[in-house]
Amino acid sequence: MSRAVDPVLVLVILLNFFALGTSRVHAVINGVALQGAVLGALAMLVHGVHEPLPVLLGVATVLVKGIAIPMMLRRAMREVAIRREVEPYIDYVPSLLACAAGTAMSFLFAQRLPLAPQHAGSILVPAALATVVSGFLVISTRRKAITQVAGYLMLENGVFIMGLGLLEAIPFLVEVGVLLDLFVAIFVMGIILYHVNREFASLDTARLSSLKE
Amino acid sequence: MAYALVLVPLVAALLAVLFPSDRGRPWLVVLAALAQTATVLLALREPRVTGLDGWLLLDATGKLVLGVTTTVFLACALYLPGYLRLRPERSNRIFCMCLLAFDAMLALITEAHHLGLMWVAVEAATLTTAPLIYFNRNARSLEATWKYLLVGSVGIALALLGSLFLAYSQLQASLGASLLLEDVLRDAPHLSKPWLHSAFVILFIGYGTKMGLAPMHTWKPDAYGEAPGVVGALLAGGLTNCAFLAILRFYRICFAAGDGAFARQLMLAFGLLSMTVAATFMARQRDYKRMLAYSSVEHMGILVVGIGLGGAGIFGSLFHMINNGVTKVVLFLAAGNIHRAFGSKRVEDVSGALRRVPASAALLLAGFFAITGSPPFGPFLSEFTIVRQAFGSGRYGVGVAFLVLLCVVFIGMGAAVVSVVQGAPSAAARATDFRDDFGTVAPIVLCIGVALLLGLYLPPPLERLLNEAAASLGGAS
Repeated sequence: MSRAVDPVLVLVILLNFFALGTSRVHAVINGVALQGAVLGALAMLVHGVHEPLPVLLGVATVLVKGIAIPMMLRRAMREVAIRREVEPYIDYVPSLLACAAGTAMSFLFAQRLPLAPQHAGSILVPAALATVVSGFLVISTRRKAITQVAGYLMLENGVFIMGLGLLEAIPFLVEVGVLLDLFVAIFVMGIILYHVNREFASLDTARLSSLKE
Repeated sequence: MAYALVLVPLVAALLAVLFPSDRGRPWLVVLAALAQTATVLLALREPRVTGLDGWLLLDATGKLVLGVTTTVFLACALYLPGYLRLRPERSNRIFCMCLLAFDAMLALITEAHHLGLMWVAVEAATLTTAPLIYFNRNARSLEATWKYLLVGSVGIALALLGSLFLAYSQLQASLGASLLLEDVLRDAPHLSKPWLHSAFVILFIGYGTKMGLAPMHTWKPDAYGEAPGVVGALLAGGLTNCAFLAILRFYRICFAAGDGAFARQLMLAFGLLSMTVAATFMARQRDYKRMLAYSSVEHMGILVVGIGLGGAGIFGSLFHMINNGVTKVVLFLAAGNIHRAFGSKRVEDVSGALRRVPASAALLLAGFFAITGSPPFGPFLSEFTIVRQAFGSGRYGVGVAFLVLLCVVFIGMGAAVVSVVQGAPSAAARATDFRDDFGTVAPIVLCIGVALLLGLYLPPPLERLLNEAAASLGGAS
């Protein structure tokens, strides 16, 4: 794995902080989209541009994660006319601190996992874990359903980073399946979002609370 | 054959979209379910069902799960025309299509021997069920669907991360990284231990979320409570068993790597926690459909406790998977009928179901006795096997806790079921003109019949299959 990968992964981790620290839903979507596009490009870089299938997959990833899904989310945003995340369950500064703690824990935990020789010294694993943790934080601390979808995307990006180290291990068919599933999942979530907005006149998931013990 | 198992329902799903009539479409589902059952019966008799270069392979454990999911789907499909006739107000095109696509994905999960392909199938099965849960199109079902999708998606994403960790455990040990189950099992003793352990924990949490183990069960009461009864039956008897199968696959890898004890410890802890959480919430549950959801949490707990105990517990657990699957269909469909007859699923609003819908009420009662482990039904035998293993292997604490929790559940669930079934039909409940008829009762009778039969007589082919599957997981009979 080339040395060029680590700086990109640092950028990905910074984008985690960006998405957790901003109150504008638009910015969260853009941050996550940029993250996805960067990772798709990275996949091509890691694998080299000699073979057609990995290139195809990289392009597809950039298209789906960087363009198609963010477009769906932005359209949903326009339709429901929200701009800001109001009063997240955990405020921005504490959630940034939580993200920092999660990232630190990821680095600590990753030290216990021995790397394969070709990845020695790389921050691949901690970056993956940190992004998964950040995605989980977005899902669990934000109230707007649309921000939660962005959080889910971020979590998927983290899993994708882990997949970067395993490009030769995961067959093409499965990669395509994963990407397709992600696309359809967001699509279905988008439809449900639309109905949530129509039914509750809001995308605030705090209103989704009639089903409680 | 391996392809037909998936293609039959998939083609039927396509036909369901094209089919013009809302009245006729449920019968198409029935036809597809019958064709699928015939295919499965043929496949179960065949010694070797394989395809796609070994990516598809129906082993003994897969056959067991496929048998259960097919039985569950057949019963639900037979119930469907009678149920959808009562819902003429909305189109069932999407509903029928998703049902059939869901069935195809369940079949794919049972025969997928590539762990990546299995993941894709589980995710697809999750997505096809979202529109099913939202069938009632009201605020509550919407809330349930949203939680189901979000919690399920996070679980599924973790499962993918775990699968990648597993692949990395091969890569780190300088083995060719492949997620083909046969390859992983062959290389299991050489896998990198730290990666394997992390992989199993992440996978267990990921697929455990789909299975509905506590504390990842939060989607379950909402989804089962708000979805139509037939969807609840399919989730509780189909999807959760397939998630259990996924966990079994990874347990088998851990076992082959010589780390079975580590995995079993984890499963015991989560299993007992699930049973405790379920017992706690069932004791004061006022909504009888949510109560069934907690019963499902409880029985998923029992399944992993059985595996966690090892030995004969594994046989008991696999057997219990079958018993629980068919009994859950009885409970969900009977509860659905009662819900329909009274227009409420609150325990305090509903009483005297025996007078208004005698067959459904009697079946709910029978299903309650069956699921709580009363003889002569199948679950009694399988739970007994698990308890015997607990005491036989010297784990008295686990055995006693298991029995106490079963008793708490029996009392909690019994109080609710009896108050729903007995007495005079309450004035508070809205009287609807729904009454028992052949179409909505016969499929339930079929399932309680299977549960009863399994308690009285274990057919030798099934016993062989159970033994073979248990042996592959390191269990004794």
